[in-house]
Amino acid sequence: MSFEEQLTQRLPERFPEGIEGAEVVQPRRVEATAKREDLRAICTYLRDEEGFEHVSCISAVDWVTHLENVYHLVSYQHNIMLQLNVQIPSEDPWVDTVSDIWKGALYHEREAYDLMGIQFRDHPDLRRILLPKDFVFHPLRKDYAGE
Amino acid sequence: MAEQVWINMGPQHPMTHGLWNLRVKLDGDTIVDADPEMGYLHRGVEKLCEVRNYLKPIVLMDRLCYVSSLTWAHVYCKAVENLMDIEPPPRGKYLNVIACELQRMASHGMWLAAFLADLGLLTGFLYSLRERELVLDLLQLMTGQRMNQNYPRPGGVHNDLPPGFEDEVRRVFRYLRRQYKGYKKFLEDSPTFLMRTQGVGVLRKEDAINYGVTGPNLRGSGARVDLRELDPYDVYDELDFEPVVYEEGDTYARYKVRFGEFFESMRIIEQALDRLPQGPFRIKTPKRAEGEGYARTEDPRGEALIYIIGDGSDRPYRVKIRSPIFVTLSALPMMLRGHRIADVASVTGGIDVCVGEIDK
Amino acid sequence: MSGHLVDLFGGSNAIAVFLITIINFILRGIGSLPLFGFLNPLADWLGTEPVVTSIAWLIAITIMITWAAALHLLTFIWLERKLVARLQDRRGPMITLRKDRYIGGTGYLQQIADALKLIQKENITPKAADPWMFHIAPAFLISTTIVVLVALPFSEGFVVANVPAGLLFILAAFSLAPLAILLAGWAQNNKYAMIGGMRAAAMMMSYEIPMILAVIAVVVLAGSLNPIEIVNQQSQLSILAPLAAIGIANWYIIPQFLGFFIFLLAMLAEQERIPFDFPEAEEEVVHGWLVEYGGMRFGMVYGFKWLRTFVAAALVALLFLGGWHGPVLPQEIWFILKIYFVFFIFIWISWSVPRIRIDQILNIGWRKLIPLGLFNIFLAVLVVHANAQGWI
Repeated sequence: MSFEEQLTQRLPERFPEGIEGAEVVQPRRVEATAKREDLRAICTYLRDEEGFEHVSCISAVDWVTHLENVYHLVSYQHNIMLQLNVQIPSEDPWVDTVSDIWKGALYHEREAYDLMGIQFRDHPDLRRILLPKDFVFHPLRKDYAGE
Repeated sequence: MAEQVWINMGPQHPMTHGLWNLRVKLDGDTIVDADPEMGYLHRGVEKLCEVRNYLKPIVLMDRLCYVSSLTWAHVYCKAVENLMDIEPPPRGKYLNVIACELQRMASHGMWLAAFLADLGLLTGFLYSLRERELVLDLLQLMTGQRMNQNYPRPGGVHNDLPPGFEDEVRRVFRYLRRQYKGYKKFLEDSPTFLMRTQGVGVLRKEDAINYGVTGPNLRGSGARVDLRELDPYDVYDELDFEPVVYEEGDTYARYKVRFGEFFESMRIIEQALDRLPQGPFRIKTPKRAEGEGYARTEDPRGEALIYIIGDGSDRPYRVKIRSPIFVTLSALPMMLRGHRIADVASVTGGIDVCVGEIDK
Repeated sequence: MSGHLVDLFGGSNAIAVFLITIINFILRGIGSLPLFGFLNPLADWLGTEPVVTSIAWLIAITIMITWAAALHLLTFIWLERKLVARLQDRRGPMITLRKDRYIGGTGYLQQIADALKLIQKENITPKAADPWMFHIAPAFLISTTIVVLVALPFSEGFVVANVPAGLLFILAAFSLAPLAILLAGWAQNNKYAMIGGMRAAAMMMSYEIPMILAVIAVVVLAGSLNPIEIVNQQSQLSILAPLAAIGIANWYIIPQFLGFFIFLLAMLAEQERIPFDFPEAEEEVVHGWLVEYGGMRFGMVYGFKWLRTFVAAALVALLFLGGWHGPVLPQEIWFILKIYFVFFIFIWISWSVPRIRIDQILNIGWRKLIPLGLFNIFLAVLVVHANAQGWI
């Protein structure tokens, strides 16, 4: 059994509450959905025991009904990429920071806060990064019209 | 006890190659802290993509990084292909590889020029730009443009090779190999150059991975991570090449990685030209798509990732761009701490900053 | 050894006497009128020896500055631009005055165009700057180098004042510049300027010691502090006589090659040329201590650097390359040729190496050049002793 398939079995076993729908979508690509309350525990586990040493990207998506954070985590040693979707309610958009687990998440989280307005709890330096400091809204939200 | 002061290196500073600001906290001449500030060039590309149909953002992606536009258009097209679940024809893939590697050479040529100018070697700046011009001529022959080529398409490339392209490439590469060997000797025999680059801005392998540093900067820290090899896209799995890896993690190692990639890129292009299959170079793509797609490629500056979501209309619902240097900048304060103010130019020049892709 | 063309002081003295004769003729003509008799004592006073000599000095200095600044300064800037352009596969400045085409000429007028442009610029004083110091610093800078010209001989006759210990005077005046640069850096009240000024002061001070050590070795060989005497010593065949056979007599570059090397490096540092240009490194401190200067004040600072280059090249030629010594051609021509040769070496070095960092520069200065300089003095003493004993 390949590492991808093992991972899709191990993850729900370890976090029966936190992980849903782990599946292999392509060779070297695994997808799963995580609960935001368990995100830190899952990420710590992924880094320490599964060898995911690199966070490639954190994309925030506005689905109008709710927000979603998409974590692309990469393991260089097993050469796979795990896509972790985390749903966030729009009215209370917080999620725990992973920037102390992977320092590479520092700027991604600042950017997600800046453009999408997601609050990362315990982020050491959650300021706007691309837009001016006194900007008043989060422009990638769908309620801000781009046309 | 000396007073510690913050100074702004940028946005109008000769070190910055574009508009960004590096705030540096100085104790005398030593850096105790640094804080990159960006966003001066923020164009909102991600938002702009949401109001255009799937073909039009290629032009925006070209303008994402003005030094290496083609590779960004390429990663976008790969993401759209992934979203639409289509497979370009082999000739299209080969042409994409050739174009991307030519763009990588041009980008590294610009990097070498800017890096040497940062070190105060204006002669090297002009020499490097002179050789880059030949690579740009090849790109122009292939795509019709020197920059902002608008060449890759979802499902292939825009046009086929012009006649006589292969001979031109081989002729230019013969010349470039000789020239770059000369420059290598010129720089690596110069004690002054070694003094400025060796042991400066050391980035250990674990730190580099943890900070999300990718590409040549990571390979300079001793990690054999090259997405062309690890996660092959297009036809890189059919080609024979070797990622350039050096252990030291300082500016000199990063310089050697990039310099080695000139020669690797030339090898890749020559192999691709040898094996170039006949047939169509582009297939038709659907106008609408639903679902999600992503592509990771090895940009000249590191790992480029585009994550794209379609909602069934003819426009992408969300496009997320991961720019490699944006993340690498978060490691910059750590690399600079304890160094002299003069090393700022050496370190930032060595990691190859491109503001267009940072600010999106 | 050929003769010299110019007798600067004699010439200026003749001009002074001529001018004063005319003025006195006019004064006495008016003084013979009633009510204007008070002019006669003035005419008498003008005719006295000290006044004539003073005016002769002024004329000599003016000629010297015009010659060095207006002729060689412009030529140096032009030459550097053209030579560097050639090194870098470019063409350099090419403007001409011809009506039908504006480029394609030698580009010598570019400097004049630049100066005209700078003169037209508004003179801006930063609000936070110390205005008095800010304004005085460029003049101070220029004058430190111009003072050197007073004692710097271009031939046996082409010298304003033949000071007995002229070399000491030249080095003392030359070393005043760091003070002025520090002043300029401080007065601008700008962090970059401050850092640049401090860097310049630190570097120049640390490179003055090797420079003076190299000069001491030359003085030991020559046995004199007078520049003219030093050159004359280099034209004689007393030391290392066998080398005279190969035609360069005993220029001090032969027994003092190490000293020549040290002095050349120190001179590169004194001019803030590229391996040592970090006080004004663009990529680090924008433009260092001249960041706030604009208009003709910047022009003065810019000109100062080339004037300093000129003096530095002259000193290298004077101390190590036999000064104006050479066959057939007049002394002045030889000296100018040597100055331009040294200048070419400066350009060549400074455009083919990257800039060095401040701590590395100070390390080279204090840890390498100073011990080398001391060893070099020992060599010089050894040569003089061996010569006195008749060993060579």
